Amino acid sequence: MAKVSSSAANRGVKTRASVAPALVPVLGGEPVSTALDKLIHDRVRLGIISALAVNDRLSFTELRELLALTDGNLSVHARKLEIGGYVQCQKGFDGRVPKSEYRLTTAGKRALERYLGHMEALIEATRGVR
Amino acid sequence: MRPLTPDRPSALADHAADQLAFIRDTMVRAGRFTSVSGAGMIVSGVLGSTAAVLTPRTATPEQRLALWLGAAAVAIPLVLIAMARKARRSGQSLKTGPARTFALAFVPALVAGALLTAALVRASAWNLLPGAWLTCYGAAVVSGGAFSVRAVPIFGALLVAIGAAALFLPAATHIWLLGAGFGALHLLFGFFIARYHGG
Repeated sequence: MAKVSSSAANRGVKTRASVAPALVPVLGGEPVSTALDKLIHDRVRLGIISALAVNDRLSFTELRELLALTDGNLSVHARKLEIGGYVQCQKGFDGRVPKSEYRLTTAGKRALERYLGHMEALIEATRGVR
Repeated sequence: MRPLTPDRPSALADHAADQLAFIRDTMVRAGRFTSVSGAGMIVSGVLGSTAAVLTPRTATPEQRLALWLGAAAVAIPLVLIAMARKARRSGQSLKTGPARTFALAFVPALVAGALLTAALVRASAWNLLPGAWLTCYGAAVVSGGAFSVRAVPIFGALLVAIGAAALFLPAATHIWLLGAGFGALHLLFGFFIARYHGG
């Protein structure tokens, strides 16, 4: 039987993503937040979140192949996202083979949207001073 | 990671654009179904060609229908087995992710084709069957192919074109068009996908 592992979001733990961003002025432009969501800003974790954003769920193997990662590297970063409440991991068996499937949580979707908005705002804010 | 300092606005913007491009690229790759099996298509092509060769030996439209439905009944499980083997090799699942999206896009036009087949058989409109099969199957391939490698939707579009020809050309040409669509085109694209897209 499959079991869903608990996450920080489910337990109501305050994550790094929930910290209010600081605003600083960019020369000649609008104030832009420098408090990036570090949990998602890392390329590997951003890749995991982006891949899950266009798929209902992906297996550990699918993510590993897609992002060209080692087992250990993927495990570490996926675990960080899980602890942050951005992804949910469902462990089960495919026959006798253990299988982990990942889904993006609502918090993860919102974090990606926030991050996209943040990047667009940075580009917009710096456009006038380039 | 470069520091986010306000004295380097152009570097900030470049970095942000870089991150957005990475997200877009990852999403495109993650949504692509790559387990369409060239080997499976070759097997289908052989079965399609065989059915086309055997068609002149049939005496009635019912026999022709049975021949082609029989070929499809053999080909479909073989294609699914070939896809499952390719998916296993590449670590893709046929139950989740891109495969699910591919299937959801692929199946509706196939169901429409099955319903049309039943309606046309009931109306004894035998001459419309080849065109209906080819266009509906082609539409399914184009839809599913939107989530796969570029060769797949091109293959589907060619099937639709051959199907369109079958709908309007005389019945005498149908055997050639069925052979071209379900035989030759499958063999051609099957070899291409097997050669350039991992089997």
